Amino acid sequence: MNGPDLIALLVTLKLALVSTFILLLAGTPVAWWLSRTEWRFRFLIEAVVALPLVLPPTVLGFYLLVALSPAGPIGAVTSALGLGSLAFSFSGLVIGSVIYSMPFVIQPLQDAFRAIGPRPLEVAATLRAPPLDRFFTIVLPLAKPGFITATVLGFAHTLGEFGVVLMIGGNIPGETRVVSIAIYDHVEMLEYTRAHLLAGGLLLLSFLMLTLVYRNRGFRMVSS
Amino acid sequence: MSIQATFDIHRDEFSLSVDVEIPEQGITALFVPSGCGKTSLLRALAGLDRYPNSRLSIGETCWQDETNFVATHERELGYVFQEPSLFPHMTVQQNLNYGVSRMKSMQDVSSDRLSRDNVIDLLGLGNLLARHPTTLSGGEQQRVAIARAIVTSPRLLLMDEPLASLDMDRKLEILPYIDALHRDLGIPVIYVSHDRDEVARLADSLVLMGVEGIIALGSIAEMLTRLDLPLAHGSEAEALIEATVSSHDDVYDLTYLKSPLGQVTVPGKTMGVGVGVRVRILARDVSLTLMRQTDTSILNIFAATVDEIVAEGPSQVTVRLSIADSLILARITRKSADLLGLKPGLQVFAQTKSVALLA
Repeated sequence: MNGPDLIALLVTLKLALVSTFILLLAGTPVAWWLSRTEWRFRFLIEAVVALPLVLPPTVLGFYLLVALSPAGPIGAVTSALGLGSLAFSFSGLVIGSVIYSMPFVIQPLQDAFRAIGPRPLEVAATLRAPPLDRFFTIVLPLAKPGFITATVLGFAHTLGEFGVVLMIGGNIPGETRVVSIAIYDHVEMLEYTRAHLLAGGLLLLSFLMLTLVYRNRGFRMVSS
Repeated sequence: MSIQATFDIHRDEFSLSVDVEIPEQGITALFVPSGCGKTSLLRALAGLDRYPNSRLSIGETCWQDETNFVATHERELGYVFQEPSLFPHMTVQQNLNYGVSRMKSMQDVSSDRLSRDNVIDLLGLGNLLARHPTTLSGGEQQRVAIARAIVTSPRLLLMDEPLASLDMDRKLEILPYIDALHRDLGIPVIYVSHDRDEVARLADSLVLMGVEGIIALGSIAEMLTRLDLPLAHGSEAEALIEATVSSHDDVYDLTYLKSPLGQVTVPGKTMGVGVGVRVRILARDVSLTLMRQTDTSILNIFAATVDEIVAEGPSQVTVRLSIADSLILARITRKSADLLGLKPGLQVFAQTKSVALLA
C-alpha cells in the first residue's frame, strides 16, 4: 500500500470514528425518547430516521450539497460564523456520514432500550435512584449489546460510504479522499492490484466487524 | 401514627376511589378481587403513577397532596413486585447494595432498624450473595427481592402479590420469611393479595376492596367474623385467634395453647413453649351444644354466647359466638338452630373438631 492509499485509509478510519462517536452521543437520547414516548406521531420521526436506509446516497448527497453551499441553510450559518462552506471539507463529510449512518446506530439502540422495559427502572426508582442515575446504572449496562451493535454497524457502514462522499466530499487527498473513492479511481485507471489491496482490506475489516455483531447478538440471546 | 391515603384512579378499564387510614404498623392486607386495579393502587402509593386530587401521608410526612408530589426515588419506601425483577447484570450482593448506597446520608446509619447482615440472615441469603439472579430459583429470587426492598429500612413496604408467581412449594418456602418480617421488623407493610390463605396467615389488618373502592376495613379477626361482609359466608368462613404455646403433653404428643378462648389443644409438638401462634377455626368445623358434653371425643370445647345468627342459604345458618373478647363462627343447619332455640344472648358450648396452626 503506497502513501496516497494509506492516507485515504487513515481519512476513512478517522471519518468513521468521528461519525460513530457523534452518532452515539446524539443518537442515544433520540433512541431513548423513541423507545419511551407515547406520542402518537412517533412514527414520523422513526420514518425520518430510517430514510437513509432506502434513499440512494446520491439523493442524500445532493440535498446536503445544496444545504452546505454558501446559499444553503447550513452554509449560510457556517459562512456567517466565518467557517466558510463545509462542502468539500472533512467536516462536511462528517455531517453527511452522521446522517447517512443514523439508522444503523439509532435502531439497535432503540430496540435495546425497548427490550429493557419499564420494570428495572421502576425498581431502581423505588431503591432511591434518581433518573440520570437509573440511566447510567441500569439502562447502559443492560443495553450494552445494543451499544456494541450500534457502534460496529455505524462504524462499518461509514467505512463503506461512497455516494454521499462523491457528492459533497470530492476527492481531496488527506481531506476527503476516502478508501471507497480511492478504489474507484484505481479501477478507472486499471490499477487492479492496488484496487484489490484496498477492496480486500475493506472486505476483511467489514467481515470481522459483522462477525463481532452477530457473535454479540448470539451472546445476548443466551444470557437473557 | 397512621398512613392516610386518598386516591381517585380513573383508567379506561376501571375506576377506583380510595379514602383510607391504615395503621403504621403490622401487615395490612388489601384483599382484592382480580382486575380491580390493585396494582394501580400500589403504584400510585409508590408514586410510580401520578393521579390528580390524591393525597398520601405517612405519619407526619406528606408524600403527595394537591400541590406536592414527592418523586418515587425520594420516598423512603420498599416495593416488592409480583415478579422478582432483580437487576440481571448484578450479583445478589450488588442488588442488595443498590438501595443501601443511595440512602440519604442524613439518615443515621447506626439507628437503622435493620442492618444488611440482619436482612441477609432473616431471608437466608448468606450462600447466595455471589450468585447472579439467572442462576437462582424463583423462590430464591423473590427472597432476594424482598431483602432488597427492606434493607433500606423503608417507612412503608409495598408488596404486590409477591407469592402469586410461585408454585405451592415455593410459596411455602417464602411464607415463613414473610412471617419473620412481620414479627421482627417495625416496618408497616401493605400487602396485596387475593389468596385468602395468605391473608389469613399474614395480615394484622384487612382492607376489603370491591370493584369501585373500599368495602370495609379493620383488624383481620374482626373482618373475618363480620356477618355483613362476604368473608364470613361461603365454605371458607373462619375465625382467627392469637394464642401462645403454654405447654406440651409428652404422653399424648399434644401442644396446649393459651388463648382468649381458654385452653386450646392441638396435635403434635412443633412449636416451643412461649411462641406466639395464630389459630384458625373453620366455621364448618364448629358445632354447638346447650350443655357441656363430657362423653365426647372432642377436646376443644369453649363456653360461648350467641351474638348474631344469619341465614346461609335455605338450609344453613352462620352463628357468630363471642367468647371473652373474641369471636368465632359456627356453620350449622337451620333445623339444629331451631331445635336448640338459638337466639342472641343464649349461653352455649362451641366444640370444634379441628384447629389449624397458621404460624
